Amino acid sequence: MTARAAIVVFPGSNCEGDCARALGALGVATELVWHTDEGLPDCDLVVVPGGFAHGDYLRTGAIARFSPVMGAVRAHAAAGKLVIGICNGWQILCEAGLLPGALRRNSGLKFVCKWTDIRVANAATPFSTRAEEGQVLRVPVNHFEGNWYCDRDVLSRVHANRQIVFRYADNPNGALDDVAGLTNEAGNVLGMMPHPERASEALLGSEDGRLILGSMLDHVSALAPA
Amino acid sequence: MGAWVHRELGLTDDELDSIVRRLGRDPTYTELAMFSVMWSEHCSYKSSRKHLATLPSRGDHIIIGPGEGAGVVEVVPGVAVAWKVESHNHPSYVEPGNGAATGVGGIVRDILSMGARPIALLDSLRFGAPGDAHTNYLIDGVVGGISSYGNAIGVPTVGGEAVFDSCYAQNPLVNVACLGIVEGELQQGRAEGPGNVFVLIGSSTGRDGIGGASVLASAEFDAGSSEKRPAVQVGDPLAEKLLIEGCLELAGRGLLVGFQDLGAGGISCPVAEMTSKAGTGAIVDLDQVHRREPGMAPFEVMISESQERMLAVVDPADVDEVLAICERWELVGRVVGVVTPTGRVVVEGGGEVVADVPADALAEEAPIYDRASIRPGELEELSAAEPGDGPPEDLGAALLALLSSPTVASKRWIWEQYDHMIGLGTVIGPGADAAVIRLPGSEAAVALAVDGPGRYCVLDPYEGARLAVAEAARNVACTGARPVAVTNCLNFGNPEKPGVMWAFTETVRGLGDACEALGTPVTGGNVSFYNETEGRAVFPTPVIGMLGALESAADAVGMGLVGDGEALVLLGDTGGSDFGGSEYGKVMWGALGGRPPALDIDAEAALHRLLHEAARGHLLRSAHDCSAGGAGVALALAAFAGGRGFEVELPGDEPHRSLFAESPGRAVVSCSRDDLDALSDLAARHAVTAVRIGATGGAALDYGFVAVPLKVAEKAWSTGFATSISTTID
Repeated sequence: MTARAAIVVFPGSNCEGDCARALGALGVATELVWHTDEGLPDCDLVVVPGGFAHGDYLRTGAIARFSPVMGAVRAHAAAGKLVIGICNGWQILCEAGLLPGALRRNSGLKFVCKWTDIRVANAATPFSTRAEEGQVLRVPVNHFEGNWYCDRDVLSRVHANRQIVFRYADNPNGALDDVAGLTNEAGNVLGMMPHPERASEALLGSEDGRLILGSMLDHVSALAPA
Repeated sequence: MGAWVHRELGLTDDELDSIVRRLGRDPTYTELAMFSVMWSEHCSYKSSRKHLATLPSRGDHIIIGPGEGAGVVEVVPGVAVAWKVESHNHPSYVEPGNGAATGVGGIVRDILSMGARPIALLDSLRFGAPGDAHTNYLIDGVVGGISSYGNAIGVPTVGGEAVFDSCYAQNPLVNVACLGIVEGELQQGRAEGPGNVFVLIGSSTGRDGIGGASVLASAEFDAGSSEKRPAVQVGDPLAEKLLIEGCLELAGRGLLVGFQDLGAGGISCPVAEMTSKAGTGAIVDLDQVHRREPGMAPFEVMISESQERMLAVVDPADVDEVLAICERWELVGRVVGVVTPTGRVVVEGGGEVVADVPADALAEEAPIYDRASIRPGELEELSAAEPGDGPPEDLGAALLALLSSPTVASKRWIWEQYDHMIGLGTVIGPGADAAVIRLPGSEAAVALAVDGPGRYCVLDPYEGARLAVAEAARNVACTGARPVAVTNCLNFGNPEKPGVMWAFTETVRGLGDACEALGTPVTGGNVSFYNETEGRAVFPTPVIGMLGALESAADAVGMGLVGDGEALVLLGDTGGSDFGGSEYGKVMWGALGGRPPALDIDAEAALHRLLHEAARGHLLRSAHDCSAGGAGVALALAAFAGGRGFEVELPGDEPHRSLFAESPGRAVVSCSRDDLDALSDLAARHAVTAVRIGATGGAALDYGFVAVPLKVAEKAWSTGFATSISTTID
């Protein structure tokens, strides 16, 4: 079967093309969905890509969460289907209440674009089955607000539910508990700062991002009727 | 109108007389404002045009040369790119964040105006020595401005350079280069077809940036320059991002008859230039221009440099479709005028005609000056002065001093603030000789480098310009690319001073000669004069943007040493006396004097051909050019990039000359031992000296006559700039 991905595009999103290309290389059929659309096309997974939705002139993601399309994204998530928010996409999903905690300014108070090593903290999620627990993946970050934070109660729930999927080996932004990516409680929505689509080709520096995107496809195929 | 208004607008008495003659009457205020921006140095190139016309600009692969929004080059058969560099020096000094940000926005729209999708940015920056509080404020602001704007519009900033010298302390240089891929039909900045309409697309028009071209870019600075802050434009990257997507859709659907960006000079510029080029005229209705504030006078609307705007010429039958596409991209599009056959630009506002002037008078027939040019006397003293080529007390300490000097030291602090990866094309990113960008939908790649060695140019602008071209081409060649075309930004002082004008003409002559010899035509560029504050000019600084072509992105060669035990080879000849304008002379002795390094342009070209062929034959594991700091520094940088040391012996009797002389035409390359013979044969065939100097590997930079632990050297290099920029900024 061919997996189908809807990539949500806000004014100011800018990683939608890269996500489409990286998923396309894995055999996924992708469709871009403009933020004013009320619904989503029939799809297995939703990607909220990186960028600067609405210019990030307000708190990141604070305006995007009101876009009409977000209702459909919520419904998709509530149905237990996969949603991945990358970078600005994670910020939007946080603002939309689909993921716990918040993303603050980097502790260095500078934008940071660099390759990072992230360690797989939980290989039993739909986003990490192709990797092994403890495996180090080389995936780049590119953000100003990637410093994940939450209160103590939320953190203990996040730990108890094993929601943390990736941790930085060398924390680039001050994120609490070195969190580079985590899921919601149900485990079907992932937010991550590093860009897996940028780590999809050896020529560009790493193929490790394919493990993340590929894990999602495995999950989707497993659900599909035989 | 006051008798001296024209002077406040930057027009001379003679220019006013000329305007009155052409109109047969006194100009209205709006007309005077339009002339002041169109005849400004920045827009008209009145001091430089005569000289720029001498540059080589033709070639089979050159699709569009100088004079349009950007040059267009066919890099491999069937794949064309648009490529240009522009300055935003003065705005960046007055207001560093917005000045630099709008510099990015401006060059991106130049590329967009050709119908090309912007896919890469590079920055060539000049500041005073970091560590000084004001200089650090400028660096932080400029880098932050480029970062916030470039990152948000989704165009990767893939490379560039930053050079520090006290002559730039009161006049930083911010030159931005942009590359675009031509996806469909090329667009032209021509208003053909009377009856077609002008559609203004993008941001609303406000009072920001009034007189940017005439007030900021075309006059020297003095102590009151910070009062010019209102003349700096304010950037809105979200609007630019939407503008890019919306306009590319309009171009892709074939809805544009003519297309041009609004930059310096506001709407006056594209209206005048597009009609002048097409031999048509225009009626512009200012009441239709969407504005961000009430009460603007007609002249303000005509010359406002509000950002993120484009002007399209559209067939009336297509207007509805054009406006619908604009709306979908959340852009405002307004029909603001019509093309006429009259040859005149008529501007109406509030039911009155506020301007009625010949289009050619504004554009094509702007003044051209042949300004006086005299070789300055100080040059003799500079030539006679010491270059600073004495031996150091301690070679190891000298190496560390060079590695930690801001110009040589790692600029990671800068480029980590830039998104250099978006677009999935960055094969080689910042910090290398040249960036290598794979082109969308193709196996081919381009290599891009910007270089401008001001310290050579101040000693001899002709030789300096040749060296700038040679170095930029060498940088591109080190990645395995073939240098194919040049864009340039010429940064100089006040052209009304004969010494500055002499340096300018010598630079253009050197640029032309070197480009001719290397077969890299000049496809356009930008001239920035009046880079002076309180009478002190910057070094003559021609920034060369070199475009290289790689048939296959997979052939690209990096600068870092790749494996252990591989052969290290020095290509090219070292001239022991090449210390004039050198980094060694500056860092060790505070010297600036003598002659710039001697350039044999044929030997340089041979080296580039050798590197290209060796890369295509997959003979090279790494390649890095020798420039500031000589072979000693070049080897160290290759070691840092590869995370391993080396053991070499350099030819020559005096260690410091072997290590630090800045002879051009050289590169340090590594290859597997098995390929050494093939590389040597190839070098011999190209008549390039190739000396096996040692092997890669180990934890030291071992030059034979001196060795430094890799970790120690790398720390000096990686902290040299970052520490000085961080000390005074919290």
